[in-house]
Amino acid sequence: MSLSVSIKKYFKDFTLQVAFEQNGNMLGVLGASGGGKSMTLKCIAGIEKPDEGRIVLNGHVLFDSEAKINRKPQERKVGYLFQNYALFPNMTVEENIAASLSYLKRGKQQKIEEMIRRFQLQGLEKRFPMQLSGGQQQRTALARILAYEPEVIMLDEPFSALDFYLREKLQTELKDLLKGYQGDVILVTHSRDEAYRLCDQLLVLDRGQTVARGDTKEMFRNPQLLSVAQLTGCKNFSRTKILDKNHIEAIDWGIVLQTAESIPSDSDYIGIRAHDFRPAQAEEKNAFPIAVVEKIESPFGWDIVFQTKEQGPKIWWQFSKESSMAKENLPQYLSIAPERILLLRSCGHSL
Amino acid sequence: MDYSPIWISLKTASLSILITFFLGIIAAQWVVNIKNGKVKTVLDSILTLPLVLPPTVAGFFLLYLFGVKRPIGQFFLEYFSVKIAFSWVATVLAAVVISFPLMYRSARGAFEQVDENLIYAARTLGMSEWNIFWRIIMPLALPGVASGGVLAFARGLGEFGATAMIAGNIAGKTRTLPLAIYSQVAAGNMEGAYHYVMIILLISFLVVVGMNYFTAKGRKFLSKETQK
Repeated sequence: MSLSVSIKKYFKDFTLQVAFEQNGNMLGVLGASGGGKSMTLKCIAGIEKPDEGRIVLNGHVLFDSEAKINRKPQERKVGYLFQNYALFPNMTVEENIAASLSYLKRGKQQKIEEMIRRFQLQGLEKRFPMQLSGGQQQRTALARILAYEPEVIMLDEPFSALDFYLREKLQTELKDLLKGYQGDVILVTHSRDEAYRLCDQLLVLDRGQTVARGDTKEMFRNPQLLSVAQLTGCKNFSRTKILDKNHIEAIDWGIVLQTAESIPSDSDYIGIRAHDFRPAQAEEKNAFPIAVVEKIESPFGWDIVFQTKEQGPKIWWQFSKESSMAKENLPQYLSIAPERILLLRSCGHSL
Repeated sequence: MDYSPIWISLKTASLSILITFFLGIIAAQWVVNIKNGKVKTVLDSILTLPLVLPPTVAGFFLLYLFGVKRPIGQFFLEYFSVKIAFSWVATVLAAVVISFPLMYRSARGAFEQVDENLIYAARTLGMSEWNIFWRIIMPLALPGVASGGVLAFARGLGEFGATAMIAGNIAGKTRTLPLAIYSQVAAGNMEGAYHYVMIILLISFLVVVGMNYFTAKGRKFLSKETQK
């Protein structure tokens, strides 16, 4: 199973340029809204036409601008799960599944029954999509796509329309439902949690450009790029000046920090994740005094907003309620472990 | 009382709605799928024109095109031996031209309301364009298309100006109900006009009720409640 994509599409205010190869696992495409994620999927599905490039799926050329090949969506064998599932509202669950079976000459009924069983839709066969819950709709949409036996499945923000509780439940469910599927899966999302939980490989898009690609866990651990760090949920950034091999000045925060690894010469930003700060004493390594600006309570923790100099940028510190910290008794100093400092570049890519 | 205007009107309105209905949805689907914005606007304007023109002006143009001495009129006369102007066919022609924009505009609006993701999804699932149109777009656009049909039928049934211009007012041949009412009133026979008015009222009312019933029935999938 292999998918190879290398396309360009020009828009008024930005150019979409995506290139990747995928071999039989779950690829996450992470990016901010309007960054070209859905457009990429639509180009692969044949709904939109790229201006240049080539798309090859399991040896079949789906699109090639030079050879003037542009296969119809009907001929691509690509499964596309839309954000709102795009179930046909005028058809029942079984009719929706049957709609994707035009490729079968016989045995349609059998296939429908098999899908109904596999996706636990028994008893809902005669219902219309409006009469289903969010989870049932998602299962129906997946059943419809898998009945079509596509060679790649693309999931376009499949959880964004759901409320929080259902979202977490369906994320696990989705992984189970796709377990038996042999082809490639691409998941588009703007949520770092979803990307981290579901995808082994990650592709990061920033304003239409592929800025990073690689192993998901590694990318969260060492984002390298400012844009990647932002998309993976890092909240605190400062411009920097390199002092020596292991010391860096965070210009915006007015503090000097020691790093674990030697600092690459093109590093011009650092990032610190909100939960990586620790309370400290004044003389400890990488400790700095803080002035608390705001305390925000969330269900399981506290968000403390502080500054390290007057009129400085707001910095976020997060700790869970179970930790021994109390909001009335906040420390006067915080520290950051040298290995937790993310050394970042504001431009370029990390391919 | 002369019953012929009733039959002529019913025949004219039925045949013309049949033609208008399909012409209207074909034109609507065609215009919806045009990508070029300028071409779309120009076409839309041309197709809508009969709606804003005074019917007599539309009738004048029809006469200009289909008159016995005009090119198209002559063509039909020579090759098909059909005389269009001042014949029953002309009443249908007038009704189609005048009612067409109503059908076209309603259908276009209804088609554009259909979520395009549904159409994309259908394509990626291998459905043919023909199936997509008849099994997804049409059922979902049905209320708008049906109400367009009702409007077009009513407009065709009530057509007067263009019909008078191209078909004339020949008793038993091209005299439709509206023309019959006009003729009765012109002859000072209010009693006779009254009968025709009642009939046209009744037909119009029945059509609207029928269409509403039909539309409501076809939309059962929008209810949240499940059927037993």
